[in-house]
Amino acid sequence: MCDQTFMAATFGPCDSCGKASPLMNIYIKSEAINYCSFCVEMMACQQLQKGETLQSLKKESDSLKKKLEEERGKLNDVELHQVAEKVEVLSSLSIKTRRVLKGHGNKVLCVDWCKDKRRLVSSSQDGKAIVWDAFTLNKVSEISLSVFYFDSNAQNGLDNKCSVVPLSLDKNENLAAKKKSVAMHTNYVSGCTFTNSDMQLLTSSGDGTCALWDVESGQLLQSFHGHTADVLSLDLAPSETGNTFVSGGCDMKANVWDMRSGQNIQSFESHESDINCVRYYPSGDAFASASDDATCRFYDLRADREVAVYQKDSVIFGASSVDFSLSGRLLFAGYNDYTINVWDVLKGTRVSILFGHENRVSRVRVSPDGTALCSASWDNTLRIWA
Amino acid sequence: SAVRPNPKEGRKMEKMIVAMQDPDMGMKLRNQRLLITVIPHAMTGHDIIIWLIHKYSVCEEEALHLGGMLVKYGYIYPLKEPRSLVLQPDESPYRFQTPYFWTSTRWPASELDYAIYLAKKNIRKQGELMEYEKERYSLLHKKINHTWDFVVMQAREQLRASKQRRKADRIVLECQEQAYWLINRPPGFLLFSSVVLQIEVHRRALGRNRVKSSICLEGFYSEQYQNHDPIMQGCLPSNPWISDDTAHWTMNTEMVPVPTRLRVERWSFSFMELLNDAMGRQEFMLYLEKEFSAENLYFWQACEEIRHGESSKIVEKVEEVYKNFLAPGAARWVNIDSKTMDKTLEGIKQPHRFVLDDAQMHIYFLMKKDSYPRYLKSDLYKNMLAKAIVPQETKKSVFPFMRRQRHSSPSPAQAVAQATEEEGRHKGAG
Repeated sequence: MCDQTFMAATFGPCDSCGKASPLMNIYIKSEAINYCSFCVEMMACQQLQKGETLQSLKKESDSLKKKLEEERGKLNDVELHQVAEKVEVLSSLSIKTRRVLKGHGNKVLCVDWCKDKRRLVSSSQDGKAIVWDAFTLNKVSEISLSVFYFDSNAQNGLDNKCSVVPLSLDKNENLAAKKKSVAMHTNYVSGCTFTNSDMQLLTSSGDGTCALWDVESGQLLQSFHGHTADVLSLDLAPSETGNTFVSGGCDMKANVWDMRSGQNIQSFESHESDINCVRYYPSGDAFASASDDATCRFYDLRADREVAVYQKDSVIFGASSVDFSLSGRLLFAGYNDYTINVWDVLKGTRVSILFGHENRVSRVRVSPDGTALCSASWDNTLRIWA
Repeated sequence: SAVRPNPKEGRKMEKMIVAMQDPDMGMKLRNQRLLITVIPHAMTGHDIIIWLIHKYSVCEEEALHLGGMLVKYGYIYPLKEPRSLVLQPDESPYRFQTPYFWTSTRWPASELDYAIYLAKKNIRKQGELMEYEKERYSLLHKKINHTWDFVVMQAREQLRASKQRRKADRIVLECQEQAYWLINRPPGFLLFSSVVLQIEVHRRALGRNRVKSSICLEGFYSEQYQNHDPIMQGCLPSNPWISDDTAHWTMNTEMVPVPTRLRVERWSFSFMELLNDAMGRQEFMLYLEKEFSAENLYFWQACEEIRHGESSKIVEKVEEVYKNFLAPGAARWVNIDSKTMDKTLEGIKQPHRFVLDDAQMHIYFLMKKDSYPRYLKSDLYKNMLAKAIVPQETKKSVFPFMRRQRHSSPSPAQAVAQATEEEGRHKGAG
């Protein structure tokens, strides 16, 4: 080949472990050597003492985990459904579709309610966000979002952003012009939420991190590292001191974070597949998760463990989204088999199943005053249930 | 991000590249002048297209498209305007990427690689990285912090080694690397560092205090909230979504002359419930003013505004809080214990978002443990509860067909058809 400005070995036996693999040319004490990426990584970690290998570290991690499970188990003197035996059985619910919102041209991926309890905003794979008055079915406004879930212009090296669009009641205002780019991750943005005001934004990303942003300046305030795969969902804790949030990801873990320090303060690993959604219980003492393993689970933060699993043999498909009713007694969960299952949080039983959507349910959200549930679906519609 | 060709596609492109570099039938290469340096083995975009047209017997448009793919996937890179990964059909110079950087054969780009690359660039350009590179560099510094000595060491070693090359070779090396990183984003999660981090998390978790299940699970059974769950028990006068009557919302807007009984009851469930309701908070403020301790609530609100507000306003807001609540002789001086006060006054010399946290928490718990319980026993609250409205239940709409008329579509015929469709789709609860 005519262009060999310098020779570089690209494949062969690693100078460290001897395995034949793609090689990285590195320098150790001015000497050029070829290591496989694995050995480079091992060498790069300072904590590596003599004799330590990935195997030994993993063993240490696993034994610590086992010890942790033992400690958690020691205080496990009663199960949630046992405590719930004295609670009245719920009378049968008659929840029906009360509105169907049509207007999106493609899968509806995301929805959230306005504080006024009747408007909501939804986004779709058709690249648009629509603000609806769900009560009258009127579309209040429509905003075009460029490259929302897709990889953007590689040439500028600018990736996956989150945009903030200020909404006003003035119909004539050109909202798209006021759109402001705030967050920037190195991979897709999977979820975002404003914190207690609209001055700060919390995002989760396919790059495995969560981040806190100042909306006005677009500045990164804090980043959260600990997930070992894409983070798919997050939720802010409704607590008195208001400083924590929970995230769930493809590494099957649900992590609780301190927003001030960026530290991972609690971690739960009991799901058997990707966690698609996490949501706090109204009091903030617990949270629920929805997973591709077709179960939803309930975790108590003070007991520091999983306290309930919501599953049924007839529920086979993954759960994509969960939300609590106003009191927290009911858990609504949307599934990939187009249904919504309603669970009794305390007793662990399934109290109702809602049919109506013609494709996957991507998101469920209870209205701020608890009067209705909104579901978004890949069938291009949204439904209001009450 | 999906900028990797699949293995088969990669092999085909590589075959093409090898053919392009064939000494006899390959491209005519020439020296290219970049400022004062001469770069060998360069070719023009125009020549690439001509070669492709002849080799594969395609038209110019297809050759342009094909060549464009080779540039997009990093097998050929532009010498001028390196960020513009397109093939220009003119005299613009291009070069073949070294096989070392072929995306299909290389191990997946990792954060460690990228960190070393950015560290080198940072040193070479004395900190003048692109904005997005600066951000990623500092993110990586945090994420793989325990490898940082190695990163910096490698960067220095690689720079030192490249200084020993001829200038033209050095520029080529830089171009090749830059082209590679423009296309590849590091997605890989370092296996090692994730295990190290995991050990840290487990250790910390072992050290925390846990509560016995029998104690914390009791808290979930709360009769209080049973009547406050519309979807479960209904609401008064009716659920607007079911009856099409918005009275429930009208009665419960943020500020009403007379609140509903359920709403006032909720204020007694927890201090947070009281504060989260604008009316509740207003009532509580009235009570505190009677008790001459309203400065506590004003202080707490001012602290909340700092905690959740714009970064740019933090300094001025902290100053205001000091003037109004903390300075000796302040108009609304708050009574904080001396230890917390000292710590806070010291902290506000370098104001940041959380500098008032300790003081805020102290005042919050003071109100919660002392003023709040007394408020609930006060005449102010009891009177509010007594005169609160208990709405009459409204029966469901007598004419169900009226509801169905609500459609945003203009055609009445469509509305009727839709109504029939929806009627058929309803299935009852399980």
